[in-house]
Amino acid sequence: MRIALFVACYNDTLFPRTGIAVTSVLERLGHTVEFPMQQTCCGQMHYNTGYHNEALPLLRQFVETFRHAEAVCVPSASCVAMMREHYELMAQKENDEILLADVRALLPRIYEFSELLVDCLGLEDVGAYFPYKVTYHPSCHSLRMLHVADKPLRLLRKVKGLELIELANREQCCGFGGTFAVKNPDVSAAMLKEKTTAVEGTGASICAALDNSCLMQIWGGLHREGSPIRTMHLAEILAETEATQ
Amino acid sequence: MSVRVGKTATAPAFPVAAKKAMQDDQLRRNVHHATSVIRGKRELRVAEMPDWQRLRDAGHAIKDHTLLYLDHYLEMFERNCERAGGKVHWARDADEANAIAIQLIQRYGGTEAGGIEAIKVKTMTSDEVQMNPALEAAGIHPYETDLADMIVQMGEDQPSHIVVPALHKNRHQIREIFIKKMELDSLGDQPADLADAARVYLREKFLRVKIGISGANYAIAETGAVCVVESEGNGRMCLTMPDVLITLIGIEKVIPTFRDLDTFLQLLPRSATGERMNPYNSLWTGVHPGDGPQAFHVILLDNGRTELLENERERETLDCIRCGACLNACPVYRETGGHAYGSIYSGPIGAILSPQLQSMEHSRSLPYASSLCGACYEVCPVKINIPETLIHLRGRVVRENQETFLGSIAPENLGMQLAAHLFTHPDEYEMAQSLAAIGQKPLMRGDLIGPLPGLLGGWTKFRDLAPIPSQSFRDWWKSREKQQHKEAR
Repeated sequence: MRIALFVACYNDTLFPRTGIAVTSVLERLGHTVEFPMQQTCCGQMHYNTGYHNEALPLLRQFVETFRHAEAVCVPSASCVAMMREHYELMAQKENDEILLADVRALLPRIYEFSELLVDCLGLEDVGAYFPYKVTYHPSCHSLRMLHVADKPLRLLRKVKGLELIELANREQCCGFGGTFAVKNPDVSAAMLKEKTTAVEGTGASICAALDNSCLMQIWGGLHREGSPIRTMHLAEILAETEATQ
Repeated sequence: MSVRVGKTATAPAFPVAAKKAMQDDQLRRNVHHATSVIRGKRELRVAEMPDWQRLRDAGHAIKDHTLLYLDHYLEMFERNCERAGGKVHWARDADEANAIAIQLIQRYGGTEAGGIEAIKVKTMTSDEVQMNPALEAAGIHPYETDLADMIVQMGEDQPSHIVVPALHKNRHQIREIFIKKMELDSLGDQPADLADAARVYLREKFLRVKIGISGANYAIAETGAVCVVESEGNGRMCLTMPDVLITLIGIEKVIPTFRDLDTFLQLLPRSATGERMNPYNSLWTGVHPGDGPQAFHVILLDNGRTELLENERERETLDCIRCGACLNACPVYRETGGHAYGSIYSGPIGAILSPQLQSMEHSRSLPYASSLCGACYEVCPVKINIPETLIHLRGRVVRENQETFLGSIAPENLGMQLAAHLFTHPDEYEMAQSLAAIGQKPLMRGDLIGPLPGLLGGWTKFRDLAPIPSQSFRDWWKSREKQQHKEAR
């Protein structure tokens, strides 16, 4: 299958290792990965902060870039949530029939990374090997907007050597929330503290998620507290094999 | 415009108030404990309902329908209420509602030496219009009889939760308040001790005071009946013992038919307190000779509500049945408690209701008092899409800011405009990526980014931040392509 990668702007800039891992997993499974260079950002930061007019050109650019893709893989649940929850509404509000038709045609081909593996490719075991204790934080957008349910856990359970440890109060927000962390830093930090305490309580050495944005927050808190626990995107764990260990 | 929802006009912005509230460890412990207990009970009671999602849909549909034809149902309620012997008054805003209430109380109470007294059953709407201060200014003494509201009133405090107004107080604090205000020599701090003291204090009021003031959970258009649900029975005393009953209702509380209660009396108690049914469900229709109050007045309050009817997204806020489930589910509320919202309506619903009832004048920070985690939407018994409404209101705040000169040159707006420009010009975006990776060097402290200035300072104050890697993903991709190209040749 030819799979177009929308890596997301912050992964592109801050977490290139996630895009590299996605490429590695998909190619290892025999698929062709494409990376359209015109891509930048889904518009979520603008839209969620209230800059709705500014988000619209980003939606247009996304649609233009990926309209011919067979499947689009996005290693960011919050970006996919943005697309599914808001793109149609935004096009409707603009009264742009062509844009609306394009969005409707494209949306069913967009997959969050774990969805792509489980729903589209029908896989749970991707041949990964990762002999560490891992805990999993279900990010709010993956949980309540995409409803990915236990797909990431099913993938993690099939990783050889991996010991999966349950996270206490796992469905509670980490406190990132995009610009929320900047606009309400004290509340965000208090929410983060609850999350890092729970992560540290697991005894795991790795905390995984489908969103590097949440992981940036969780790592930021753990590292500030001097914790050695690392954070990894699910794709980075699935990219590991016996050869890479 | 007058202040519409509690004390918001003078309240500080949410981040400032939240920071202050969060320094009170006792308050945070109380709020954490109480919300987690209620959440646990709610989950239990919801889980035993196989048709819960369909009930939520039904609740949403009834509310949607009623709000679309609100004028029709309100007039129907008025006709039927008056046919049964009640009298309906219409209040455009808080001042009108208070003036009507005061006039009625003075008419029935006469001019007693030492002032007229009234007993009150829990009503958020009367807090919304700040009725107690208005009554006191007119020489009327209102006594709250809901236990939690009584604690708030005696403590000269503000409610901090829609259903549990004194949720931020623990029983030791409550004991102190009782000893002081009831002038007791001694009092135990067990729940039974506190309940006994309250019972003795309140019973005297129930037996003596002749005017009752209530809110209502539902006004039924079809029959003209009014419904109050509660847990303590104090409400029932207020509704049945006085000679005169004045009921203040927000116009959105009307429901079309008696049968619709079936849906809401299942949704509300489970969502609010984790009970299958409220211990007391009181319904009354007009007046009945020799039984209960002999004069019954309803004040229907608008106070900004009709302005929400036009826009579909905004209208949905009026679906709220005031169960408080979104407060208990909200991680932001749980850290700050209710006072930080600077409004009588706190938590996620307050963050959308208060700014709309006030036309955004006093509460522009509230739509941002959420991480958009969606927990509120998940638990809302009538499926109000609170996150979506928050985003809608943020859009209004941004547009209104951009229309002012200061707003248009604010760092956030400039930053967002720049980002939008870069995101629509991939070449420039790529250049900015490389520039940022180089430009961050002076900010580095060892392996990390040091304290950042301005807007981003809130991040580095509490969390570490790793630097931007020297190679972006697209750089990696391009070098890989080059390599593959070379190998192919």
